This record gives sequence, C-alpha cells and structure tokens, in this order.
Amino acid sequence: MKFEALDFFEIEKSFNEEEVLIRDTARKFVDREIIPGIAEQWEAGEFPLDLVQKMGELGFLGPFIPAEYGGAGCSYTIYGLICQEMERGDSGVRSFCSVQGSLVMYPIWKFGSEEQKKKYLPELAAGKIIGCFGLTEPDAGSDPRSMTTSARKDGDGWVLNGAKMWITNGSIADIAVVWAKDEEGIIRGFIVHRDDEGFSAPEQKHKVSLRSSVTSELVLEDVRISADRELPGTEDLKSPLMCLTSARYGIAWGAVGVLQSVFDEALQYSRERIQFGRPTASFQITQAKLVEMATDLTNAQMMAYRLGRLADSGAMKYYHVSMAKRHNVNVALEAARKARGILGANGITLEYQTIRHMCNMESVHTYEGTFEIHTLILGEYLTGLSAFGNE
Amino acid sequence: MKIIVLLKRVPDTEAKILINQDGNGIREDGVKFIINTYDEYGIEEGLRLKEKVGGDSKVTAVCAGPEESTEVIRTALAMGVDDAVHICDPALAKPSPFTIAEVLAKAISEEGFDIIFCGKQGIDDDMAQTQSILAEKLDIPQVNNATVFELADDLSKAVLNRRIEGGDEKVEASLPVIISCEKGLNDPRYASLPGIMKAKKKEIRVKNLADLGFNEAPSSGRSRVLKWLPMPKGGECKMVEAEETVDAVKELARLLREEAKVV
Repeated sequence: MKFEALDFFEIEKSFNEEEVLIRDTARKFVDREIIPGIAEQWEAGEFPLDLVQKMGELGFLGPFIPAEYGGAGCSYTIYGLICQEMERGDSGVRSFCSVQGSLVMYPIWKFGSEEQKKKYLPELAAGKIIGCFGLTEPDAGSDPRSMTTSARKDGDGWVLNGAKMWITNGSIADIAVVWAKDEEGIIRGFIVHRDDEGFSAPEQKHKVSLRSSVTSELVLEDVRISADRELPGTEDLKSPLMCLTSARYGIAWGAVGVLQSVFDEALQYSRERIQFGRPTASFQITQAKLVEMATDLTNAQMMAYRLGRLADSGAMKYYHVSMAKRHNVNVALEAARKARGILGANGITLEYQTIRHMCNMESVHTYEGTFEIHTLILGEYLTGLSAFGNE
Repeated sequence: MKIIVLLKRVPDTEAKILINQDGNGIREDGVKFIINTYDEYGIEEGLRLKEKVGGDSKVTAVCAGPEESTEVIRTALAMGVDDAVHICDPALAKPSPFTIAEVLAKAISEEGFDIIFCGKQGIDDDMAQTQSILAEKLDIPQVNNATVFELADDLSKAVLNRRIEGGDEKVEASLPVIISCEKGLNDPRYASLPGIMKAKKKEIRVKNLADLGFNEAPSSGRSRVLKWLPMPKGGECKMVEAEETVDAVKELARLLREEAKVV
C-alpha cells in the first residue's frame, strides 16, 4: 500500500517551490529509511540512532538556525513540514527532531553566548552530537515553577543538584540543557555534558507509548560546571517556555502527519476489506468515521499551515501555538482510535501503522503542555482570568 | 571536466495514469511529476564524477520540457548540479525522440561537454531512443544500461559494466561519450535542505527554439504516435472451489488442460 496524503482543500498549492521540495525529500526519507524498520524498532523499544547523522546531513535538525551556525536558515513553515513528515513515520523520530532543534539548539541560539553557539550548534545541526532538555521533574510537570533542581554559585562556576524526569533523548545525549533554580529562586539554563562528574541519565523503561524514542531520568549530584556553561541570556521561566512554544509548534504540524497516516490506512483498508460481500467502506458507520477523520485532518492541516505563515511573519503568539497543539493532537489521537476500529483485529498488530500511532499519541497528548493545560492557557487568554490553581 | 546530465519530467511511478479524451496525452490534474528515475542515476553519477575529478569540473543539467519542468530542474540543482539549461517552447509539445535529440544536441554543443549521463529510458513512454539518436547527432560513442562507471586516471576513456542477460559486459569507450544509466549504478542522493536553499541562487538558462537557431521544431523522424489507448482489460478470473483441496487441484488441472489449453 503506497501512502497517499489527503489534501482536501488543496493546501499544497499554497506552499512555495522550496517548501514542496523539502516536504518531498522528507517524505521520501520517511518512506525509505523510517517506515520499513520502525515497527520492529518500536516493538524492541529502540530508537533508530543510525538515522541521526543522515537527518543532520539532510538539514532536518534545527533547520531554522542560521547558516552561520550550521543550520539551513529556513522558514518555520519548512520546519513544520519536516515535523509533519517525520511524525507520519513515527512520533519518536519527530520527538527527536523537536528536542534537538527546538529544545536544545533553539535555547543555545537564543540565550547562549557567541562561543556557545559556535561550539555546539554546528555539531548539533550535523547530528554529530545529540542533546536533551531537562525541565520536567518527578514532582514538577505541568507546574515547572515548582521545580526543586538547584544551582548554587560556587566560585566562578555552579553546582547543580536535583533530578529530571521524562527526558526525551536523555540516555543518548552528549549534552543536556538543564533548567535549575538559583539561590534567589530564579530559573537559569545550563549546558551539562554527559561525562560531567555527578551526572547520569538512566533510561525509563516499560513504556507502552513512544517506544522508539529514548526517555530518561537525569540525575544531578553535585555536578560542578564552569561559568561558561551557563546560558547567559535567559530570563527566568520565560526562557524555557519560549523553547516549549517552538517545540509545540512542531508538534502541531507533526499531528497532521499522524492524521494523514491513519486516515490513509483506514481508507485503503476499508475499501479492500470485504465483509457481508461488500467492502467495509461501503457501510454507513465506516463512512461516518472516515468523513470525521478527513474533516479533522483538513482542519488540522489548515491550522498548521496558517500557524506557519504567522510564525514566518513574526506574528505568531504562544496562544496560537496552544490552540493548534491542543486541537491537532487531540483530533489525531481520536482519528487514530477510529482508524484502529476500522482496521478491526488487524488494527492491533504492528503490521499496520495505526496502533503504533495511536499509542504514541497518548504521550503527545500529555507532553509539551497537556491538553488540559492548553485549555487553561487559552481560557486565560480569552477571558483574562486565570484558572490555574495557585494564582 | 564538463559533465552534462539529461533530465525528463515524468509522472510519479505511483501516479494513476488516465488517458485524456483526445487520446493524445494523459490527464495531468492531480498527477505528481518527478525526475525520470533512471535520470536520477545519471545525476548522481555526474555529481560523483565531479567530486572525484575536482578542479573546475561542472555539472550542467539539460532538460527539454514544458514550463512546469522547473520543479524537477530545481530538484536536480538541490541535489548538487551546478546550473541548468531548460529548453522550453510551445512547438515542442509532445515531441518525438528525433525532435528532442536534435534540440538537445544543439543545446549540449553550445554548452560544451566531455561526458553526458542520462537514464536508459523515460519511465513514461519507454521509447529509449533519445540517447542513441543524440549520440549519432553529436557523433560520439554511446554506452547503454551502465551499472558500473569508472574514468581512467588520465581522464581519456571510460570503463563501464553493462547489465546484459545473465551477467555483465565490460566496455571501454573514449571521451566524449554518452552513457545511459541502469538501476544499480548508484544510490541517488536526496535533495537536502541546505541543497534546496542553495539551489534558489543557481542559474536556469531558459531557451526556446529560436534561441537555439531553429525556425521550427526539427523533423520528427519516420514514425509517429497515432493515439494513446488505456491498458486493455484483463480476462475474467475464475475461482476454483471444492470442499477438499485435492479436488480443487484436480479441477484446476482440468481447466488448464481443457479450457486454457496451456498444459
């Protein structure tokens, strides 16, 4: 079955030539390099590490970073299209790109010193080193302000203590962008190296979602680092939240890839699957599900497209991203469940893409701002009244 | 070294092909177009040769086709081709291999060349004629269906393997030469994002027939396409059913012998 991407409202025609070209490259890459092996890797709980340098060569890692630092200096729309295609392959692969690009390269680019940018960005862009982002803690998820990881001034440098959890790429990362509170309670960003004494990143096993992505704890026990490892340009919690806005932007696009994948699979399957002497696609209940999925996909596509244009014109705000992430991931999860049903018993095997996407979307629904948190962000923006517990 | 790679814009291998009402072309709405897949091997080999020889070597893509061919030309530039010539003229709509070879020969001569790579055939009409006519027009040797390509150290001749029935044939040819490429020659690279960004600044020289010194489209040879027809429908499928497999096999054997008369 050859994948066909539904483009019901002909959004393709709104993309320019280079946007279409890079989308085509990414789509070909996913068809040839990701799809053939991903089910097995997912089942084995392995991330396709051998693809990282290839993704670097193709420019998929932090593509919006300027060329002088090793990026491609391309638009946010192109970054979005890359995320869309990667997530059509697997959310774990897109998560890798999101973390490397939006959560590691982005903060170094925005808040790092010139030396830090020159040292880390070209290597990260090329996929020669891998990064991770440590914000979430065992007891600080949706409420990152309550983090307890501490940064104590020690002569010229810093001493970090604490624990991070649910960190994508943690155990395979060469560097970690770690967020910690100083003695005045201000959140600051640091670059920790894999071999820094007192630092370890044990992998979190037994996930039933995002199995082809590495998820880890970061443990910091008196990790002593020099002053030049602090990101000098950060402004308290606002800085990690800016990173998250960039990553959530990519997720809003990635969800479109999942929608295209599960819709296409359900459509093709139901047209070929014969029961009671006719294709299951000829039954009204199946058709109703397919129409809902196609409509949700089209909505998500238009939201992602418009979000890209807002980002490229400099008009994108955090609340635009919240709405697109919240909506697109939610409908992608629902569509994956509908597709799972349409595929019947076959829908529970890894022979098909759907169940993998369905399980993955449970994580994507929760991480990078849960569905509920995005609801509260939007609620606060629309009403001017905060519904967050302690404010 | 001056390397020419030929490009053709063709429908995607996965596209559903429908003949238009007049029977003289296909319905293009909704069809995705790509670089002829065999031409991609030619592009890759041209780029590898340039990387190997170095110096002021240059790879130029030459494409004759409608305006929309810009997209596939841009893809070749993004893969690493240095510049391109796009021969585009309304008089070249649905050209024969003779016509195309004639205009390509003119354009390629103007560019200058040491070696020309192209696909062994277009995956759309499967004629596989252009490269041979082109070799004749340029009066240079041609080697078809190459699966291995090497250039002698003194750059004077090419040594190639051609895939033939049951094995390979090793061939030597003096330069300049035109080489048509077969699957297996190499693994074409992707058009990378940095490559795509660079391709924006590369030059595509658009030429019409007049620019190439033609008053009209060159003669179309001695055969012409009359009409395109849809794929003939396959015969009816007969299912053999029986309670026991052994009976079904017996019935199948009987049908093959008595009805199909193939055993």
